[in-house]
Amino acid sequence: MSVRAITPDYKVQARDRVENFHGNQIVYVAWDRHLMFCAPFAYALPPTMTFAELRDQVMPEAFGLHEEFSKINWEKATWLLDNQPFTPDLNQSLHAQGVGHKSVLRFQTPELTGFQGKAV
Amino acid sequence: MSAKKLNLKDKYRLLTRDLDWEYSYVDRKKAFPYEEFEGIKITDWSKWEDPFRLTMDAYWKYQAEKEKKLYAIFDAFAQNNGHLNVTDARYVNAIKIFLTGVSPLEYQAYQGYAHVGRQFGGAGARVACQMQSIDELRHVQTQIHAMSHYNKYFDGFQDWTHMHDRVWYLSVPKSFFDDARSAGPFEFLIAISFSFEYVLTNLLFVPFMSGAAHNGDMATCTFGFSAQSDEARHMTLGLEIIKFLLEQHEDNVPIVQKWIDKWFWRGTRLLSIVAMMMDYMLPNKVMSWKEAWEVYFEEAGGALFKDLARYGIRMPKFVEVTEKEKEHVSHQAWWIFYNYGHAAGFHTWIPSDEELDWLSEKYPDTFDKYYRPRWELAKKMEAEGKRFYSQALPQLCTTCQIPMGFTKMDDPTQIAYRSSDYEGEKYHFCSDGCKHIFDEEPEKYVQSWLPVHQIYQGNCGGASVEEVLRDYYKLNLGADNLDIKGSPDEQRWKEWKGVA
Repeated sequence: MSVRAITPDYKVQARDRVENFHGNQIVYVAWDRHLMFCAPFAYALPPTMTFAELRDQVMPEAFGLHEEFSKINWEKATWLLDNQPFTPDLNQSLHAQGVGHKSVLRFQTPELTGFQGKAV
Repeated sequence: MSAKKLNLKDKYRLLTRDLDWEYSYVDRKKAFPYEEFEGIKITDWSKWEDPFRLTMDAYWKYQAEKEKKLYAIFDAFAQNNGHLNVTDARYVNAIKIFLTGVSPLEYQAYQGYAHVGRQFGGAGARVACQMQSIDELRHVQTQIHAMSHYNKYFDGFQDWTHMHDRVWYLSVPKSFFDDARSAGPFEFLIAISFSFEYVLTNLLFVPFMSGAAHNGDMATCTFGFSAQSDEARHMTLGLEIIKFLLEQHEDNVPIVQKWIDKWFWRGTRLLSIVAMMMDYMLPNKVMSWKEAWEVYFEEAGGALFKDLARYGIRMPKFVEVTEKEKEHVSHQAWWIFYNYGHAAGFHTWIPSDEELDWLSEKYPDTFDKYYRPRWELAKKMEAEGKRFYSQALPQLCTTCQIPMGFTKMDDPTQIAYRSSDYEGEKYHFCSDGCKHIFDEEPEKYVQSWLPVHQIYQGNCGGASVEEVLRDYYKLNLGADNLDIKGSPDEQRWKEWKGVA
């Protein structure tokens, strides 16, 4: 469907195109079933950043508030990229492995069940 | 010789319908350029029933009398230090949300009705919109005056218009009205007069005004009583507009249904802030959000939609989702603000033990299972001296602009993710309802001014969150924001009340 506008051939540019982010792209990251964090986090990251940099340098500041974060066994953690199963390559850039502008990255740690085992 | 004084009937005719005239040298379509593009067909404007038989002179007289009384009470409230009679300093934070989030919407409504009051071809509709426009302008003024007393004694009231235009969570109400006002005039009336004023307004006003009454806030409560007769008229206009459109042409039915679907969902999302106010912010509770939803939407709205069925109108799309959401939204919304309390222009807190028990009692199927553990964690961390605030910005829904904190309703420990691709860009949503609204009119929502993305684009001043909050939002950091515990508001309250 499209909008009914009073202006003929109403066309606009999307406000959040990647070129508006000064060389960065937006990546959303969430830890499934850890609702201490009310919503996924939004990061502005260079597309050349490696996955290791995202995981080990960017994510700990916010995710590290959760007492289980330091206990994560990353070998066992699973990932979804835009809702599809995904195996990150730590040494490749985000861009090279398909983590694009406004991609959603979610990770699961089934052995860590959150505060009181209640997904918090 | 004509009579010096007109009788009421003649006066009414002359001051409403008789304001219209035939256009001799201008094409009528050019005089009313907004009337047709939405696809609504009006065959006979004279069929419009004036929902309130008021003339402008009677309006002024009546409103002036009402406001004289209202301002006398505001004066008495101020002179008697009325702020000391509220239940607790926490209560005032609900009023901060009202002033920054709701009062500016009254102003937007004033502008919106002034605009559509010019655009309709029928004089009856024009006059009705004109009066509502003036009502809305009066409401924003009286609300400002009702709440101005609090500005002398509490933080967070000082820059509400500036905040409304800029602060992240206030983009939720602001974008709601921007959406309605940038629509055509008929959609605006279905959005605001029908979906909001008629179907949902009781869920905004009753909780706020009874909340004020239950919590010793005479100023806000008196404003509510004063506005009530206006609100009753607004609801009547909402009902008239929908019946008029549906009776004018059968082709209007699917268009109106589409707008009802859209604005009902937009409205429920906007009301999540009222939900959290009722369940978490009022020291003396009125009723739970779930109970309010059942009384004011499920019962009242159910009867309304039964009435409208004869026109071919059904319940709004996704209404079945709201039946589940009423168990969850207030808890999820307050948790969002607890997480981002450092970035809010009001205070947040952990519910007291009694309040946690009240929530368990009111939400027997969900609270202990899903939400009490969140507060237990918050309590534990606070006790360890680690009251936590989220250290990264949240992802927002493209449509309602609320952080993506709403879960799947059938799996309440899993955030709901919905997305659409449009012209090579990804867009994310909190719900099927918000995704559906985007998919119907993507050209509109690709322009969403999402505060988090705007910060990252460098359009909100400084590079750090602190600079954005201090310089762009103009929050007084350390006073307006953070937990109520240790706040200047709390400290002053304790001094006034003589407690340590």
